[in-house]
Amino acid sequence: MPHLPDTHGRFGPYGGRYVPETLMPALLELEEEYAKAKKDRRFKTDLAYYLKEYVGRPTSLYRADRLTKKLGGAKIYLKREDLCHTGAHKINNAIGQVLLAMRMKKRRIIAETGAGQHGVATATAAAMFGLKCEVYMGTEDMQRQALNVFRMRLLGAKVTGVDAGSRTLKDAISEAMRDWTTNVQTTHYILGSVLGAHPYPMMIRDFQAIIGKEARKQILAAEGKLPEYLVACVGGGSNSIGLFHAFLGDRTVKMIGVEAGGSGIVSGKHAARFSGGKPGVLQGTMTYLLQDENGQINLTHSVSAGLDYAAVGPEHSLYHDQGRIEYTYATDTEAMAAFDLLAREEGIVPALESAHAIAQVIKLAPKLKKSQVIIANLSGRGDKDVQQVARMRGVEL
Amino acid sequence: MSGRLETTFQRLRDKKEKALIAYLMAGDPGLAETEQLVVALEQAGADIIELGVPFSDPIADGPVIQQAAERGLKSGTTLRKILASVKSLRQQTEIPIVLMLYYNSIHAMGCEQFCKVATAAGVDGLIVPDMPPDEAGPLKGPADAAGLPLIFLLAPTSTPSRRKLVAEESHGFVYYVSLTGITGAKLSNVTDIQQNVKKLKKVSASPVAVGFGVATPEDAAQVSKMADGVIVGSAIVKRIASHQQDPTMVGHVAEFVRSLKAAMVPV
Repeated sequence: MPHLPDTHGRFGPYGGRYVPETLMPALLELEEEYAKAKKDRRFKTDLAYYLKEYVGRPTSLYRADRLTKKLGGAKIYLKREDLCHTGAHKINNAIGQVLLAMRMKKRRIIAETGAGQHGVATATAAAMFGLKCEVYMGTEDMQRQALNVFRMRLLGAKVTGVDAGSRTLKDAISEAMRDWTTNVQTTHYILGSVLGAHPYPMMIRDFQAIIGKEARKQILAAEGKLPEYLVACVGGGSNSIGLFHAFLGDRTVKMIGVEAGGSGIVSGKHAARFSGGKPGVLQGTMTYLLQDENGQINLTHSVSAGLDYAAVGPEHSLYHDQGRIEYTYATDTEAMAAFDLLAREEGIVPALESAHAIAQVIKLAPKLKKSQVIIANLSGRGDKDVQQVARMRGVEL
Repeated sequence: MSGRLETTFQRLRDKKEKALIAYLMAGDPGLAETEQLVVALEQAGADIIELGVPFSDPIADGPVIQQAAERGLKSGTTLRKILASVKSLRQQTEIPIVLMLYYNSIHAMGCEQFCKVATAAGVDGLIVPDMPPDEAGPLKGPADAAGLPLIFLLAPTSTPSRRKLVAEESHGFVYYVSLTGITGAKLSNVTDIQQNVKKLKKVSASPVAVGFGVATPEDAAQVSKMADGVIVGSAIVKRIASHQQDPTMVGHVAEFVRSLKAAMVPV
C-alpha cells in the first residue's frame, strides 16, 4: 500500500489544493503544523487523553445477535461510534483539530455542518477549550435538524444559516470557506469530513482512523480472524475511511461504502456520486461530483442531511477507480426500514446516515455464510432524527 | 505574438494612463445585455473587460457576485454560449476580454478543447480563482499552446516565495487581491496595498492590477496611483442588479464606469 496522499496532496489523480490564493499560505501552514504535531509526544498524549476520558474511547464492537438471527446469514458486529460523546464519530476529528488550532494560536473556530453532528462536535470541543465558535449550516438543514441547532447554541456556538443554492451542506461549506478566506489570520476552519483541499482529507482520515484500528484489534480478539466485510455509509466519507483505513492492506477484507440513493438514481434526486457522478473540482478538491455537462453542481437529495452532498472525499475516488472499495447506495425508503429494524431488534436508534449502512447489511448478510463476519460502522445515534422521522410519519410531538 | 492585453497596457503606458478593468457577470440579466454592456463600457472608458462565467458554487465571491451568478444561470447562460457571445462581440470591438471562471467549468469541457475554442472566440486571458499556480499544470500546456495567458492572483497573505511563484507564472497581468477576503468586501488598509504592490512589481515582468473592494471613484483614484490597473467588480454588478427591469440600465452602468475612469489619476 503506497503512502497516500503524495506531497501534493494527491490520491492518484484526485485531491490537490484548488483554493483561492488567499488560503494557500494557511493550508501550507496547517500541513506543516500537522506534520510537526504528529511527531510531537505532547500532542499525541493530549489527543489520546481526550479521546479516552472525554470522548469515551475505545468504543465497543458489539455483536448484534438478534439482527444476525433475524437476517439469518453472516455474523454482524456494530462499531459503536454512536456511543462517543456528542453521539457520533465527528468528535474524533473535532478534538484533533481543536488541539491543532491551539498550537497555531488560533482562538476562533469555524465549521460547516449538514446533519449538525459535526457542528455539535466542534461546538463541544471549542467550549471545552474556551475557543470562539461559529457554525455555518444550510437553512434547509437547520429546519430538519432543529434539535442540533439548539444544542450548538447551548454549547455557546453561533449558528449562521446559509440561504444560498440548495441550502444544505455544500452551501454551508462554501460559506465557511468564505469566512476562512476573510478571517484566516485569526481563525481555524475545522472541516468535518475527508473533503476540501490538502491537508484536510489526509488529516481528517488520520483522526478518524482510530475507528478501524480499534475495530481490527477488537474483532481479532472476539473472532480470532479478520472480518469478511466492512460496511459504512459515505457522505463526505470520514466514518467510512475511518473504519476502512486500518484494513486496506488486508486483501481478504471486502469493503462497501454506502451512498445516499435518495428517491432512486433514475429520479435524479439522490447523492450517489459513484452512480451518477464524474470527476471534477469542487470546494478545493478533485473528486467524483454530481454535475451537469457544463460542470454546474447538481442539487442533491437524501433523507439524511449528513449524506446530502454533491462530492465525495478524494481518497474514496481513488479506491473506487482501483476497485479496492465497492460503492453502492441505499434509498431513503431502505434507510428508513433499516432505522426501524435496528431500533426494534437491537434497541439502538441509529442516525439516518448510519441507517444507510445497516440497509446494506440487510441486503448482504442473508447471502453470506454463518461463519462469515460483517462489521458495520454505526457512525452516529439517531436522537437528532427522531423529530424528523416523526414529522415524516405525521406524528405531532 | 503581441496580444490585445499587451497592446492595451502598452498604449495606456504611452498615454500615461492606468487600465480600468470592468467586471461583468456574463448572462446577468441576459447575454444580449452583457454584449451591450461590453460595448457601452468600452465607450465609457473601460480598457479591459473581465467576464465572469456563472458557477453554481463560487467560493471566492461575496453575495453580490454570487447572486449575479444565480441570475446568469437562471437566464440559461453556459460557457459555450458565452464563448459564442465573445466571438460575436469581436465583430464590434477589440477591447481585451479576460474570462474569470472556476476550474470545474474548464474541466467539464476539457482543458485542451476549452483553450482552443476560447482563443478562437477572441478571449485574451483567464483568471481561475480556485486554481493557484500549484494546480495549473493540466491547463498550462493547452493555454500556452493556444497563446492564452493565465492570470494568477496574489493575496495579502501570500509569502515572498508565493509572490515569486505567482509573478513568474502569471502572464498578461498579475491580479493583486487588495484584501484578505472575498469579492465585494470593503477596501481596507491602503498603505498595505501600496507596499505589497510595490514588492510585487519588483518581481513581476507583467503589469499589476488591483481588485476586490474597489467600489467608488475615490477608491479607483487611490488604487490607480499604485498599480497598472484597477479592477471594479461588485460595484458594477450591484448597479446592474438594481436596474434589472430598467431600460436605461446600460446607460446607468456606463455613467458609473465613466466616473471611475475620470477619477483615475494619470501617472
